[in-house]
Amino acid sequence: MTDLLRDHVVLLGRSYRLLRRQPIWLAIMLVQPIVWLLLYSQLFGKLPRLGGFGTSNYLQFLTPGIAILGAFSHGVWEGGGVVQDIERGAIDRFLATPLPPGALLVSRAVQAAITATGQALVIVAVAFPFGARLDGGLPGLVAILIAASLVCVAFAALSHALALLFRRQETMIAVGQFAVLPLMFTSVMLTSAAQMPVWMRRVAGANPVNWAVEAARSAMLGTDWASVIVHLGALAVLVVAMETFALVALGRYQRSL
Amino acid sequence: MTDIITARNLTKRYGAVEAVADVSFAVAEGEVVCLLGPNGAGKSTTVRILATLTRADGGSAFVAGYDVHTQQRSVRAAIGYVAQSAGTDAYLTGRENLLVQAAAHRLRRSEASHRAAELLDLVGLAHAADRIVRTYSGGMQRRLEIAMGMVHRPRLLFLDEPTTGLDPEARATMWNELTGLAHERTLSILLTTHYLEEADRLADRIVIISHGRVIAEGTPEALKAGLAGDSVSIELAGSPPADMVMAAATVGARAVTLDGNLLRTRVEHGNQALPAILSRLAAAGCQIESASVARPTLDDVYLHHTGRSFTVDDDAARRAAVAG
Repeated sequence: MTDLLRDHVVLLGRSYRLLRRQPIWLAIMLVQPIVWLLLYSQLFGKLPRLGGFGTSNYLQFLTPGIAILGAFSHGVWEGGGVVQDIERGAIDRFLATPLPPGALLVSRAVQAAITATGQALVIVAVAFPFGARLDGGLPGLVAILIAASLVCVAFAALSHALALLFRRQETMIAVGQFAVLPLMFTSVMLTSAAQMPVWMRRVAGANPVNWAVEAARSAMLGTDWASVIVHLGALAVLVVAMETFALVALGRYQRSL
Repeated sequence: MTDIITARNLTKRYGAVEAVADVSFAVAEGEVVCLLGPNGAGKSTTVRILATLTRADGGSAFVAGYDVHTQQRSVRAAIGYVAQSAGTDAYLTGRENLLVQAAAHRLRRSEASHRAAELLDLVGLAHAADRIVRTYSGGMQRRLEIAMGMVHRPRLLFLDEPTTGLDPEARATMWNELTGLAHERTLSILLTTHYLEEADRLADRIVIISHGRVIAEGTPEALKAGLAGDSVSIELAGSPPADMVMAAATVGARAVTLDGNLLRTRVEHGNQALPAILSRLAAAGCQIESASVARPTLDDVYLHHTGRSFTVDDDAARRAAVAG
């Protein structure tokens, strides 16, 4: 068990060293969601007048949504790194060591979760002085961070699976570009469910990004803890399913070598 | 001596492609063996089976005493595997790459940093140890990759095409370093290549693979000796009568040709046969301008074996065409 933990720490250490060598990525990860926060809050600031937002403060409504946007879009692009490792031969190099193969993916998922949590924390902290009150208090904050990390890991695992199946950077980019906007707009990230046509509300019900936004927003506003728990539970189940899919894809990759 | 690799009747197919049709060979402890063959012959697949990266469809293989199909962990701990693209991290330094690899092999931290320094010295990268790998030349990267394969002191090192893509100078440097490694005899090496010269220089023993089968095996010397012998060329002064020259030269020689004043023949042990031929020619009154003996190269061996198999394939195709 300690060996297994150590193996993950080794791989995490590798990716953080790599991240530190390319600080531009770190900067983008932190600045991008803040830019979104600024633009959307300015553009859609008057939306709460339409009703169904649960708060008259759009920034407070938007902040948990942006935390989830940062987390899930980070997850969607995770597979690119796997393709890069396949192309450079790093995956094969590690597969020929005593490291358990699954650790290659799980460590990446853990790293994605850490990144998503950090990003979400920064977003909530930046929005706070501008009036995005955290009515859910500390439990609310914890729930937002959990929602962000779960949705990030779910999409990261899916992205890892696709990377192992297709092994092409172009495919990963196409999937990423196709997925992000529809998933974002069929959720209550920017607007309330009350503003959605009925069919879109149905789609949102099946959209994991929407589950995460619902959980994070209820936690932010401190209004509906049952919704927080149900949506986090659904996300946890999804994480298990996606991680299983990713490990199956890894097995398939190994057999195809 | 015990064998560190024994492979028996390995087969592997990818869909309709039979990558490995029937490969059997053994590598003794401390030996450097080269799998030689053209691209697509099944060399890399064979190595990947032995390194536990790929499962064979049939046959069996033991590496360092462990079954590659059922004792993968033990095999992996005993081997170093350096693939054609060995996956260094371009944004880590040479030393960091070694430390990550050492950690993946569960070396303790202090041991790892000691070993990293030792290996950087060994492969001549001490001066570049703390530069990121992106700034390395192709040859330096390859040397780092080989060092990474040895970080855990494996008993056996797999090198898949260690010099492919290197310029001639870097290749020569690499050969020197590999020769140095092999010289210590503490490490067995199985390397693949499609460079004849490389196999000739580095290997104790060569296994020639073509179309997924072992078609010849032996020391470079034995493989070359198995050919029709050395070629002897003698340049004569003037134009002596052909029948006289032929009569003088045809002793123990397999074939003699005279082209103008150039006499060519193939004999076994050309070095020993040459003085006798020369004195017979001199006794017959020929004046000799120059003489040379060329040992058969692995090139000849390779063409002999692969050439034959290609001919067989052609014949089969022709027969099929005629029958159709």
